Amino acid sequence: MSAIILLLLGLGGMAAGYLFYSRFIANRIFKLDPNFRTPAHEYEDGVDFVPTNRYVLWGHHFTSVAGAAPIVGPAIAVIWGWLPAFIWVVLGTIFFAGVHDSGALWASVRNRAKSVGALTGEVVGARARTIFMIVIFLVLLMVNAVFGVVIAKLLINNPGAVVPVWGAIAVALIIGQLIYRRLIGLGVVSVVGVVALYALIYVGPQVPVALPSEVMGLSANASWILLLFAYAAIASLLPVWMLLQPRDYINGLQLFVGLILLYGAVLIGNPTVVAPMINVDVPAGTPSLIPLLFVTIACGAISGFHGLVASGTSSKQLDKETDARFVGYFGAVGEGSLALAAIIAATAGFATLADWQAVYTAFGKGSLTAFVDGGASILAGGLGLDISVAATLLTVMAALFAGTTMDTGLRLQRYIFQEWGEIYQQKWMTRPLPATLLSVVSCLLLAFGAGGADGSGGLLIWPLFGTTNQLLAGLTLLVITIMLVRRGRPAIYTLGPLVFLLAMTLIALLLQLKNFYDKQDWFLLGLDLVVLVAALLVTLECAAALKRAFAEPVEQS
Amino acid sequence: MGNRIMGALRRLNELGNQYYNAPYRAAIARAKRDEEDLFMLLVFSEMMGIPNPAAWSTLELQPLLMDRFHEWHTRMGMERSPLDHFRCC
Repeated sequence: MSAIILLLLGLGGMAAGYLFYSRFIANRIFKLDPNFRTPAHEYEDGVDFVPTNRYVLWGHHFTSVAGAAPIVGPAIAVIWGWLPAFIWVVLGTIFFAGVHDSGALWASVRNRAKSVGALTGEVVGARARTIFMIVIFLVLLMVNAVFGVVIAKLLINNPGAVVPVWGAIAVALIIGQLIYRRLIGLGVVSVVGVVALYALIYVGPQVPVALPSEVMGLSANASWILLLFAYAAIASLLPVWMLLQPRDYINGLQLFVGLILLYGAVLIGNPTVVAPMINVDVPAGTPSLIPLLFVTIACGAISGFHGLVASGTSSKQLDKETDARFVGYFGAVGEGSLALAAIIAATAGFATLADWQAVYTAFGKGSLTAFVDGGASILAGGLGLDISVAATLLTVMAALFAGTTMDTGLRLQRYIFQEWGEIYQQKWMTRPLPATLLSVVSCLLLAFGAGGADGSGGLLIWPLFGTTNQLLAGLTLLVITIMLVRRGRPAIYTLGPLVFLLAMTLIALLLQLKNFYDKQDWFLLGLDLVVLVAALLVTLECAAALKRAFAEPVEQS
Repeated sequence: MGNRIMGALRRLNELGNQYYNAPYRAAIARAKRDEEDLFMLLVFSEMMGIPNPAAWSTLELQPLLMDRFHEWHTRMGMERSPLDHFRCC
């Protein structure tokens, strides 16, 4: 089958979702009101609360939620064939992610722009808030560990990308200084930055860097993981303007350039999807499609992480309440289109079915490597790029996304440790350095604990990351549903996704529990149990809170 | 025509700047405030018995910083002005 058909069907479906379904949700369910005074106006302070142009806000929102996760998930999930992943990404974006993201914005805007964490405390109850903190910590822990493993793998797979990936950090540092000290305007800096980055990508394959296969008893993979965490720890302690801000900016530009290049190459080269529609011959040990598909692809179909971005930051800058539809729903569509690109790269970027099967030899194989290799051959075929440059370009794109998530994730984890330090009166834990070290050590334990001394098995926890992320989404959906019930509006559009998500998450956790037990993987079994307990608590909390909400009289809205 | 292009470019630059700065406004404002707090401490250090070799220069700055003095000492956790001869509230 032609990849162009897949692309047009997917984009067309998501566009229709935005045009029709999101209009229905915005007008009939959330009843977004253009005259409502948003927190950005109500509490305007020039710092947190600033009414912002909706296109600018969409730009942030989209680039903050899109990262490596919507690439990794679909690139793993195509092992069941392209159709299940495709359907879940498209329908998930339309009926789950879009509603969840715009709903989180609406809920927050109607509650003085509070974050989902604070909202769960206020709308659902104090207990729910505690569960929320734990779930968030687990999400951050897993995402940092997995991304460390993923980037290490990418760097080993493509030594040509080492120079541009680390060089990009130098470029960001220089850009940060130039802008902060107002030496040059943003326009010139953007052009210079992007040109410098692409020059590095072009040069990279000519100066490949590979770590020695063993340093002090550590494999190259393990050494990269340690180096990456050392970097992330330092980056998360630096002032944001120095590295994080310019890096985010370059990543944002990269995201748009990368998506345009990939889609352009598909349209010009028209590659053929070689992967089976539904893979009846999955490798031994591959778990069942239902429910694992729905937790393997979290970002790209629905992700709790978006609720954090929507409620914590975007909601404080929403100029009009009606903008929630464009910023939230269309932001989800943007992420869906990235996941779609990942599906196409990982299924149409191979010459033959045998080549594809050689990559997808077991569950968890493929992932970013398949995206990079597949995407590179599409770029080479469509745009005539040199294959090694194309592979370097995609590796840099994926590694930069994952790297930024890592340093932001470590920063957030550090805040949680610092907060726990205050709650439990451990003064040492409230300091940035010890809190950062604790975060790094916990992530490293997970990365190495799951995969042994060479840190190679980190991707085994990917589905567990998906389940925790879905739990987070479940809590956000719960907040929105309760708000709808209290206002006497139909709750089925958020309650349906909530029930579906919780059911799939619980079944997935139980199945994996059995799987880990059979493999006698006690570390992952323990982790699975922790997440399972959190999932049960979330489910019970949902049931109790909804029962209360349905019993309450309807308020005027 | 030229004017219109220049206008569009200016607008683009403005939006770009918003895009660059908006996510970090709060973090940077906080960092700036921390820096200013340290500066206040340096300027008013002599009054609190901390020797300051640059007292001659900082003395001149005190009237300029008076406006911010109240805000600063309350933020530092002192409800009333810490200086006996220097009341602001």
